[in-house]
Amino acid sequence: MVEGKGVALMKMDVRRNILEANEKLARDNNDFFTANRVLAVNVMASPGAGKTSTILATIERLRALVKFKVIEGDIASSVDTEKLAAHGIDVLQINTGNMCHLDAVMIGKVLNRFSYDAPSILFIENVGNLVCPADFSMGEHLNLVIASVPEGHDKPVKYPGIFRKADAILLNKIDSRDSEDFDREAFHQTVQRLNRTAPCFEISCRSGAGLDAWCSWLMEQFLTRYFGSRSADQAASQRG
Amino acid sequence: MHELAVTEGLLQIILDQVQGTKVTRVYGATLVIGDLASIVDESVQFYFDILSKGTVAEGARLCVTRVAPEYGCRSCGFLSAERSQSYRCQACGAEDIFIGKGQEFYLDSIEVETADG
Repeated sequence: MVEGKGVALMKMDVRRNILEANEKLARDNNDFFTANRVLAVNVMASPGAGKTSTILATIERLRALVKFKVIEGDIASSVDTEKLAAHGIDVLQINTGNMCHLDAVMIGKVLNRFSYDAPSILFIENVGNLVCPADFSMGEHLNLVIASVPEGHDKPVKYPGIFRKADAILLNKIDSRDSEDFDREAFHQTVQRLNRTAPCFEISCRSGAGLDAWCSWLMEQFLTRYFGSRSADQAASQRG
Repeated sequence: MHELAVTEGLLQIILDQVQGTKVTRVYGATLVIGDLASIVDESVQFYFDILSKGTVAEGARLCVTRVAPEYGCRSCGFLSAERSQSYRCQACGAEDIFIGKGQEFYLDSIEVETADG
């Protein structure tokens, strides 16, 4: 401590996480989701990888079994929201106004705009970006990362952070014309090395290929969380 | 890429830390940021100068202590400052690499002026 004229200069230890405010709100959101029996899924991908198409295709396959809600995050426009609303899906839009990601504050502000009468799955479609969304939790239970064949097999090597954070990874557009140049083995090998626990499903939202396996996995996460694992087993056996 | 949001969080912590104390001015802050955190130091100072205007932290200099990445192998325990392009352990070849250091992101300390007595 340095003594001055009526003032003292000193160092104060702080040691606090710079993102602590977001982390705290994310925990509050997570408590809210769990209390209302919502399985919240943070959907992250580059622009154009097929986030909205995947959400739509998943809901179309599972909507007879479970209720869905969607929050759309975009810099601007309500293009995706209109697309989903046209299919009768309960959806709301957040425009981030140049912010590169959604955060816990933005999600917390809109949560009371849905009704929570039945257990449901909530997709939160993040801003198309493989960098920033990885750093900001929103209170989700699951992080989904969607890669797509036209983007190239090197995306996991170039953006390791987001692939590490994933609880599940989808490789979309496997029927794309670019698939000849896509080194599938290199892609899966990198994903496996970055993240040993996340399952990786190959899908095509256009043809429907692979969607059943992904949907079964998602349904199992939902049932296990809110109905106990026995129900999940029963549901699996019914499907089989 | 999201330095504005980060800087808002930083300022909030500083103001919260000195609230209710005899601190009259915050003239410095030391941050610890890992090299794997996607943050540019100059941008944080730039936003901080704008956001802190009119607060006790106006004009505070931010000092950033950078932490170099360290990768560890769960299989053999080998530690390395470099990771291989293939995410394999360079010592034993195992495919089970974790990030030991480089993701730090916290406010370590602040330098303050307090009213005497």
